[in-house]
Amino acid sequence: MNNPLRDVNDRRLPRVAGPCSLIIFGVTGDLARKKVMPAIYDLANRGLLPPGFALVGFARRDWETQDFAQIVHDSVRDHARTEFREEVWQQLASGIRFVAGDLHSDESFDELRRVVDELDATRGTQGNHAFYLSIPPGLFPDVINQLRRSGLANAAKDAWRRVVIEKPFGHDTQSARELNKVVGTVFDSGSVFRIDHYLGKETVQNMLAIRFANAMYEPIWNSNYVDHVQITMAEDIGIGGRAGYYDGIGAARDVIQNHLLQLLALTAMEEPNSFLADSVRIEKEKVLSALVLPRDIEKHSARGQYAAGWQGGVEVKGYLEEDGIDPNSITETYAAIRVDIDNRRWAGVPFYLRAGKRLGRRVTEVAVTFKRAPHLPFSSTATQELSNNVIVFRIQPDEGMTVRFGSKVPGTALEVRDVNMDFAYGDTFTEASPEAYERLILDVLLGDPPLFPRHSEVELQWKILDPILERWAKRGQPEQYHSGGWGPQSAYEMMARDGRMWRRP
Amino acid sequence: MINLENTQANAVAAAINEERRRMGSPTVGMVLTLLILTDEMHQAEALSAASIAAREHPMRVIALIERPGRDTAHLDAQIQVGGDEGPGELIACRLHGELAKHAGSVAIPLLLPDTPVVAWWPGEAPDNPSSDPIGMHAQRRITDTNNTASYIQELGIRLSNYKPGDTDIAWTRTTPWRSMLAAALDQPVGRVQEVVVHSEARLASSLLLAGWLRKRLHVPTKIVHDKGPGITKVVLKTTQGEVSLSRPDGRVAQLSIPNAPESPVALPRRNMAELLAEELRRLDPDEIYLQALRGVDAVLHPTPKSEAKKAKAPIKSKTSAKSASSKTKTDSAKAKPATSSAKPKKKSK
Repeated sequence: MNNPLRDVNDRRLPRVAGPCSLIIFGVTGDLARKKVMPAIYDLANRGLLPPGFALVGFARRDWETQDFAQIVHDSVRDHARTEFREEVWQQLASGIRFVAGDLHSDESFDELRRVVDELDATRGTQGNHAFYLSIPPGLFPDVINQLRRSGLANAAKDAWRRVVIEKPFGHDTQSARELNKVVGTVFDSGSVFRIDHYLGKETVQNMLAIRFANAMYEPIWNSNYVDHVQITMAEDIGIGGRAGYYDGIGAARDVIQNHLLQLLALTAMEEPNSFLADSVRIEKEKVLSALVLPRDIEKHSARGQYAAGWQGGVEVKGYLEEDGIDPNSITETYAAIRVDIDNRRWAGVPFYLRAGKRLGRRVTEVAVTFKRAPHLPFSSTATQELSNNVIVFRIQPDEGMTVRFGSKVPGTALEVRDVNMDFAYGDTFTEASPEAYERLILDVLLGDPPLFPRHSEVELQWKILDPILERWAKRGQPEQYHSGGWGPQSAYEMMARDGRMWRRP
Repeated sequence: MINLENTQANAVAAAINEERRRMGSPTVGMVLTLLILTDEMHQAEALSAASIAAREHPMRVIALIERPGRDTAHLDAQIQVGGDEGPGELIACRLHGELAKHAGSVAIPLLLPDTPVVAWWPGEAPDNPSSDPIGMHAQRRITDTNNTASYIQELGIRLSNYKPGDTDIAWTRTTPWRSMLAAALDQPVGRVQEVVVHSEARLASSLLLAGWLRKRLHVPTKIVHDKGPGITKVVLKTTQGEVSLSRPDGRVAQLSIPNAPESPVALPRRNMAELLAEELRRLDPDEIYLQALRGVDAVLHPTPKSEAKKAKAPIKSKTSAKSASSKTKTDSAKAKPATSSAKPKKKSK
């Protein structure tokens, strides 16, 4: 259908989602309250949700719709990025519904079905519904089967049904396949949206813009000029209240498996033919399938658990003393690995990935470190303090880019030293710079998939991690490291073996 | 805040550099220079809006405030770099006496090198912005027709002098309405046959909105005046009923479309900072604005001939479109004859 009011040249008109509803399972969870529901409000506030949008909560709580509306109201008030406006809230509130029920119960899902049909009739959602599974992956099979049984998963001819799942996407190759099979029996692969919120971040998308929209980076983006790449995600917090989720999962599964390997893929992939979802996925898959592990995993990986100590001026517990953690747990809270890419562009350029909790500060970045200039026509003292050139994509916080290069120190002597040039990306307090969840939820409602990893990518990522995890499982307890520092001794040694050093991010 | 009295543009530029250096030379990814051409009356509001918009678009803002009169020609400048107001640079230049006629000579040395220049007239604007001594340096020229007394005449002048890059805050104000109406027509509502825009009197925005609808939909479009505030209601009569977006209080609107329940929509009127921020988001020519300007003429002077032709179309489709969504395809296919019927109208101009 051609809408006469739309025109590709009319760039002021935003992409507004069509009539639809979002049904959230696990509305009482942290993620739903702190991220998903505020993001929905922010979308509404920016005029990007359709007037008939409906939000349905499903949980095992003895709540009425008003109670749930109050929960949404509070979470929006506390966590929304944009200003609270009563009129926007009214628009949203009139579409809120709640279904009290159990994930295993037929009646609960029949009730949900009734609510969804009612929304089609009274809200005009026109049979378009997205199911957001903000629940532990162990419960996916139940929910998916119930969605099928109750007929909720079946869309009418011109309508759609989509399902949104959060990481972790399994805990190894085998379980990821099983999970995919469960979801795949009911939803086709184009209707499954795997959310990794890092991929919704503006700076991650900006990496692609910087690489492929400019002339000056791509020529040096290869093993001729790049010495190595470090991808870091450091958190200053511990596991907090997530003991049940975290123990047995650990840093590698939690962070490296998807966040860091996806960042690696975006850093290392070839130029896609276009930015359509399929073209980007093809390139990501190609580079992920070229990943190889070092022959001796032991020597080129490191893991650790944070010990009690002081972090940022606060005394903190060690991992093994956290509530709900087995004192003999062998789950790592710090993981570092080396991977290489077997292709022409990257042969001989190691990629170092590290992730950890209770480190010096909260930071996520991709640092591309260049080789030194082949010849330095200066006296050796002049360049003593010059190190390698680096381009850093700062993913969070303080999103932007840093370039480190050598510059002459002012004065009569010719002396060269490192300087940093920072580019701050956008600004966070305007409406124009959306939060990752806003972008991703809008993309789900619009059916726009480029920022969501497909199962094939997830599987390739597990294939890299599986051998490491197997090896680590046999090694017993990980090394303890100081809270508030930058990880265990073995991590430093792993880099020293290659004659390199971790950046202090 | 630095005050320079009886100064010159190069001294202003030097003072900005000095101030940056004093702050430790932070990198500033400034993306454009905004020139505000204004008088003493409008300058405070304009500068404040610009400084808020600078949070989204880091920029150098140069207000050129004319103080014509018998005073000897001289320049006074106030400079603010960074600070609470936002990341940009604010420079207020007061052009006294004869200098008021030579604002370009002050602006040129202060433009950021090789980045876009935007000129904004918050109050009265020259008839021909693109050949104005300041406007000629800008690739985007923003006027505000809502702020002029003779707005109908003004829109006519904007159309006849239009050059790619011209745009109007009165047009910017219509974006939320246009967005919501476009979203409504994404749904199967039938083919639009008639448009009525309700708004307060003497509002250029309502004319531009009506003009846009007239040009896009090629159907009779009229404006009905009421008390406001601003635009209060748009009704699109379709083959299946009525699409109506009504905002009596300037905040919350009710959207009703055929075959669907009525729903509330937030549609608040926006302040100048938000409008300016939207305006700076894109710096390429706004062709749709030109279409809307052309439509304004068609709204004000409907030719009997084309109206008569269009009146026929609804009667024809009424017979075919009785049931709901399954008929939509045929409806939109019928939009084509309507397009061709608009053509004679153009010739008659």
